This record gives sequence, C-alpha cells and structure tokens, in this order.
Amino acid sequence: MFKSLAPPEYLATIDREKCIRCKRCIQNCGWGVYSWGGDKILINTSKCVKCLRCYHYCPEEAIEIKDNPTKFKNNAYWSFHHIRNIKRQAETGGIPLTGMGSDQNYPILFDNLMIDACQVTNPSIDPLREPMELRTYLGKKPSSVKIEKGKDGKLKLQTKMPPQIKLDLPIIFSPMSFGSISLNAQKVLAMAAKECGTVMNTGEGGLHEDLFPYKSNIMVQVASGRFGVNPDYLNAGVAVEIKIGQGAKPGIGGHLPGEKIPLEVAKTRMIPVGTDAISPAPQHDIYSIEDLRQLIYAIKEATNYKPVSVKIAAVHNVAAIASGIVRAGADIVYLDGFRGGTGAAPSIIRDHLGIPIEHAIAAVDDRLRQEGIRNEASIVAAGGIRSSADAAKAIALGADACAIATSALITMGCTTCGKCYTGNCSWGITTQRPELTARLDPEVYAERLINLLHAWTHELKEILGALGINSIDSLRGNRERLRGIGLDTQTLDILGVKPAGR
Amino acid sequence: MNHNYQKDISGCGLTGLISKKKNRLSGSHIVKSLCLMNDRGNGLGAGYAAYGIYPEFKDFYAFHIMYDEPSVRWTVEEYLKSNYHLEKIEEIPTFPVKAISISPLLVRYFMKPLKDKLVGDIQEADFVVNTVMKVNSEIEGAYIFSSGKNMGAFKGVGNPCDIAEFFRIEDYEGYIWTAHTRFPTNTPGWWGGAHPFTLLDWSIVHNGEISSYGINKRYLEMYGYKLTLLTDTEVAAYLLDLLIRRHGLDIPTACLALAAPFWKNIDNKDEDEREALTALRQAYGSALLNGPFSILFGHSKGLVGINDRIKLRPLVAAIKDDITYMASEESAIRAICPTPEKVWAPRAGEAVIVNLED
Ligand code: SF4
Ligand code: SF4
Repeated sequence: MFKSLAPPEYLATIDREKCIRCKRCIQNCGWGVYSWGGDKILINTSKCVKCLRCYHYCPEEAIEIKDNPTKFKNNAYWSFHHIRNIKRQAETGGIPLTGMGSDQNYPILFDNLMIDACQVTNPSIDPLREPMELRTYLGKKPSSVKIEKGKDGKLKLQTKMPPQIKLDLPIIFSPMSFGSISLNAQKVLAMAAKECGTVMNTGEGGLHEDLFPYKSNIMVQVASGRFGVNPDYLNAGVAVEIKIGQGAKPGIGGHLPGEKIPLEVAKTRMIPVGTDAISPAPQHDIYSIEDLRQLIYAIKEATNYKPVSVKIAAVHNVAAIASGIVRAGADIVYLDGFRGGTGAAPSIIRDHLGIPIEHAIAAVDDRLRQEGIRNEASIVAAGGIRSSADAAKAIALGADACAIATSALITMGCTTCGKCYTGNCSWGITTQRPELTARLDPEVYAERLINLLHAWTHELKEILGALGINSIDSLRGNRERLRGIGLDTQTLDILGVKPAGR
Repeated sequence: MNHNYQKDISGCGLTGLISKKKNRLSGSHIVKSLCLMNDRGNGLGAGYAAYGIYPEFKDFYAFHIMYDEPSVRWTVEEYLKSNYHLEKIEEIPTFPVKAISISPLLVRYFMKPLKDKLVGDIQEADFVVNTVMKVNSEIEGAYIFSSGKNMGAFKGVGNPCDIAEFFRIEDYEGYIWTAHTRFPTNTPGWWGGAHPFTLLDWSIVHNGEISSYGINKRYLEMYGYKLTLLTDTEVAAYLLDLLIRRHGLDIPTACLALAAPFWKNIDNKDEDEREALTALRQAYGSALLNGPFSILFGHSKGLVGINDRIKLRPLVAAIKDDITYMASEESAIRAICPTPEKVWAPRAGEAVIVNLED
C-alpha cells in the first residue's frame, strides 16, 4: 500500500524497559494504535491522535506521546498544517474533517479583558460571609411589572409573567446529541444539571428514555433533520431550542455516519439502524425570518407556551439577525462563537467562518438595547468558555448565561484531541462502540462534572465579591467593570470597554 | 452609547429631615446638621435641596440653571422661550463668601410648557424631562440642576457652611430638606457634580459608590435617559423616575426593586409575595443598585431613606414630634434635635418611607 506522504502528527513511544506487557494500552486505545506482536507491543503511530487514554491507563508510565519532531522545513507562510492538509487531500480527494472548536491562532479577546476589583472607596464583599447570588432566569421579561398591595398588606403580582427557566448558576450545557456523544455522556450531563440546578440540551438526536427522570433539567432541540421530534418530545423538557446554526460550522448541516447509528441511537432519532443521519444545512421550512416566526409559534402552541430558544452561529451580521429572532418571538437567543465545538465539521469551515463570541455578545446586546428590546429575550453565549473568568467576562459584556460543552467533556476525560468525528473516542464520549462507551460510568463522571460546576460557582462568587457586588444581575452587561489590554480603539469601541488605565 | 466617561468616586455625609405636617422650617437647621459632618467631606462639594420653598410659584417648574459660560445663557433661554411660558426669570440670590472665589452664573426660571408643544400623548413631565436631557447633554456649558415644582436644589464646590452662606440657605423655608457634603477622590471641580441630583421633583443625596453603575446606566439608556454627569448618583435619580413615574410602581415597591431582598428571603415568603418579588427581580435585575450606599430621596410627597442590601454605608433615623430625621451620623441629628423620641439604624435594604400628611 502506498505510504501516506502526510507525516504522522504524533509519535507514540513505549519505554521497553518499563513495559510489563500488560496490554492495557491495546485494550484502551480506540484508534488501534497498539497491537500485540507476540513478544512486545507494536505501535502504528500514524493512527495516534494524542488523546492520552493509553498514557493514563499504563500502570508503568511507560508510554510517551510526542509531537512528531520531523516537520517540513520551517516556513512562516506554508505551515505544517497547510502542507499536511494538501497532502491528505491529494490522497483522498475529500474534505478533511475535524472535531472540537478551532485550534487556530486567532486573537482571543477574553485573554485581553481584565475584570475590576474594589479598593478602599468601595468595599469588596466576602462570599464566605455574605450572600452571593448567581441565580439566573432565562426567558422573556416584561419591561415593567404591576404589583398591588392586597388588603392584608401583602404584595400581589398583576402582570402575567412569561415562562422562565430557573438556573442556580449562569451556566448551562450546550446541545450535544445522542449519536454525536454516547448515552453515558448525556447521562453525565443530565445528572450534573439536576444536581447543580441547571439544564442540559438534547441536541438534535431525540430524547432517550433513560433521560426521562431528568426532564426538568433538559432543553430539547429541534434542528434541520427533525430527528426524534414529536409532540411528546417537544413537551418533554423545560424549553425547546430551534437550531439554526452552530459556531463551528455556520451554514453547514450535520452528517452522522451510519456507523454511529446503532439500534439505540436509531430508536431515539426515529430512523433505521445504520442509515446516515443527514441534517440539511438550512431548515427546509425556514427560508426567512417570517418562517422562523411560524415555527417558533407552532412550537409554542404545541407546548402550551414553553420558552423557545433559537441557536445561531455568530456571523458577521449577528446583531441584525439576533434582533430579527427576538422580534420573531424567541425567548432566548443562543449565540455560538466560532470557537465553539463540534462532533464533526470540515476543518476549512470550522477554522475560517464566523466571528468570535466576544464580539457577538457585545454587538447583539448593544443592538437589542438600541432597539429597546433587550428585555424581550435572554442571551446565552457559547463557543469556547474555558473558565469561570471567561464566563464572567461574557456576562459582563452582556450575556445572561453561558453554555459549555468542551469544558464539560474535559471532566469526562476528553483531552480536546479533536478526533470526535471518527467515532473512536477512547474516553467513551464521542463514540457508540459499546466497549468504549462502557468506560464512561455516569455516576463517577457526573461527580467530576458537578465538582467543576461547584468550583466555577465558588470562583464566580469570588469575582463578584471582589467587584463589590452580590448579585450576578449587577455584573450582567456591566462593561464598566471590564478593561481591555492591547486592544485597538475600534475593538474597544465594539466591546464597549475602556482600555486599562482609563 | 458612550462608555468613555470617567467615574467620579467619592465618600460623603448626608442628612435630611421632613415635617409631616408641612411646617416650613428655615434652612438653618439642615445647615447646622450638615456642618457638623464637615469632616465627611473635603470642601470639594456640598449642596441642599428643599421642598415647599416657592409657594407663590408652586404651579410652575422651577429650573435652576448654571452657566459656566454666560454667553450660552441666551442659547438656552431662546430654546426655553420657544417651548415654555416663562413666568419669571431671576438670578439665584447669592452672597459673597471668601472661600468661594469663582462660581458659575446661576439663574432660576419659573415656567410651564406651552400648551401647543404638548402634542400627541406626550405627558407634561416627559416633556420637561426631555428638555433637561437635551440641555444637559447637548448644550455645552449649561446645566439644569433643578427642575421640580415648589422645590429647588442649591449646590456647588465648597464646604457645607460656605455653600450655605453663598446660597443664603437660611433664607429659605421648606418642609423637606436634604443636604450633602462630599469627599471626592478625583475631582473634576465642577459645580454640577455636587449633590443633590434632581430630576423633576426627585432629589437624591447619596453616600457611596454604585458598583452596578455600568449596567444601571445602560439599562436607563434603553429608556431614553442620557447620563451626562460624571457620577453614579445620577442613575439613582433616573431609576426612581423610571420605576415610579413611568412604570407606576409605588415607592415601597420601587425600593424593593432597587435594593432587592435576597432570593433566600424571597423563597421563604408565601406564594403571592414570592411570585410578586420574583417577578420584580426578574424584570428589574438591571435596576438593582449594588455596592455600598445610603441614599435619601426627596419628592413632592415625602422623604425616603434607603441603604444597600448589606448596609455598607451608615444611615441613622430619628423621630421627634412630626419631624423625621435621617443622617449618616446620629450626631448630625442630635445637633439639631438633642432629645429625639426614637433613634434607630434602619436595617440593610429596608427603606424608611415618610409621607407628608395631606
Ligand atoms: S499499558 Fe504500558 S505497560 Fe501495559 S503494555 Fe502498554 S505500554 Fe506496556
Ligand atoms: S471527545 Fe474524545 S475524540 Fe473528541 S476531542 Fe475529546 S477525547 Fe478526543
């Protein structure tokens, strides 16, 4: 067979002195890097994706995964990545796929924004001693409420409030379908959502019956493939999301290959076993904003007016699009920045289309305020939230809450290797192979995800305390408490943030 | 939207009193009370607001305008004349004080919007607010610092006694008084920056820093308020205007929005109250005033004192006969009321609301 001219990215190596030939690496690797050669482990390093499963499970620390030191000649313009992709395309004629969010070296605005803190003139607040409120309600808010005092002197609400999703912290889980991730991974999300008072999102894959006990912490999604959608499904969760686009692949549909569609996935999606599940690029009943409005209201009618979220990729005109979505009746606008993750996307799309979430939040929040409709919908920001600080900055820029997926998967073992589209995830996350998914014990990993949310909760409270405020309400859209470092005037203007030192 | 302002950070002292029976008291009381707290300020700003001082013009909006540049006076007056009937124009009486060597030109106007200007469904009050917003944000060098009926604000750069003497505060008689001395840590040295801040009949004196300023400001901008000042106190005045005058909340409810009870307390209420308070917080999350503050706000029907949700700034209240006193320090009250019937420190977030008797 013709040996690929695309050199391997990683070199998997075993220290033969340390190796006790226990074969755990063979068993753990989902990509088939290792095999048994009769007296020693054989390595096919071109298959290695550096997910590090073998490294973690080798009892002797005998394994090392190195970046391949043999690179093409250094060239500032023709990077390793460019040359390698061309060679791969020359061999296959196909579109190289990838998983996860873009790993390319674009500016990261979050890393150029600093949060304020109190000194002398206003006291900081100790979150261990004083209440710190992170509670967040997603949904349409009336611009004013009418409250009357009853004869007994008690307050009584006269305004009918639109439905709200109550969150104990301003962080939810981004949609990931059963099919793109394993049922066990979905269970981890559902269990953590329930424990922490937030919501997970089914993604476009229907709702497996094992998740029924978690209904009050689930948002169901309707996307262009309409998989698994029926009236029971729409009514199953606390809200319904219409997916228009995804940050990692704006304007692109989805394709779950038949190999990732065993019986359970097929049942949940309501499609035959082993057929490719194709989600078209557009929703074929939404070719305009009026069509979106009809779908939003059709869903509201079908669900007795549950909140409807509309998820879009952050693209150049995101502000105008979001305004249209709010006017079309959405209760939540979900913005997904270009760094957002994916189970599978053409890398050319992932790495070159869309805009960063930071710009998108600022532009949308500004536009909705200019039009006087900011209260009409909540903004959920997603697409590369790596820490509680990113979340705090996103909220200060104007988001009501953030959605995380990659961060949640990392608690399950993911190392962001980016090979989710292969269906071989050795951590049992983005795979349907039973021997791999069995590794992901939902109870054990839910505990880790809960730990992460608890840690972020504490961190967010510390940030609020340092800011001298005791409610997340006072951080939301409070750009005055952010400063930019090394950002140009125009970017600062778009973000509505002053430079550090001012 | 302008995010490029420089926030004025200051510490301060405040005091206020109200005679429920509308007995008009000379300004000398409030001056004495404020001057006791001289060390809470640093001579860079003081001011007074009084209600009931213009009984002979009580149906007219009393505009107090400061002109940094006398020439803009004519521009402003042209504009006012084309929109209002001007009953009386006069310079605000002042008295030369050694410590105050320079002051802006200070003029007051008693006026009413021209009937034919109130077209469509624009309310008279909205019309006046628009005038204030327009002059203050668009006419450089002119600043309307008082715009209510039968009330007025007097303020400037100086210490409390000098400002009182300068404006002859003792000569006014009012049934509600508030006063304020400042300790700005960065001083633009601008007369308009002193407290009280007013809009229509609302007047605010504020001790503290509103850490939620950024979002309060953006929230108000969505409703057409133009935040022109270099201080965060302005947001409190405009929020009250929005919640009470425009959204129709009563004063106690508006206070519950601005210094909202904690969720844990709301969750423990019975169903109706829980529902009402939850909705109030959901709708007015961006109006929540967060950070250390005590505020006194006067209005045509009463006086309200309120603290932040965890009481990071002092506020003491006292009662004697029909008069309620509120101040940063008990001593400022005792200076003018040595034997109050009752003295108490209002709890965090709990408003002291005193209304005039009809
Ligand atoms: S897991 Fe480690 S010790 Fe076991 S066979 Fe593989 S390299 Fe050797
Ligand atoms: S989910 Fe699995 S395949 Fe995807 S990036 Fe993480 S470790 Fe790699």
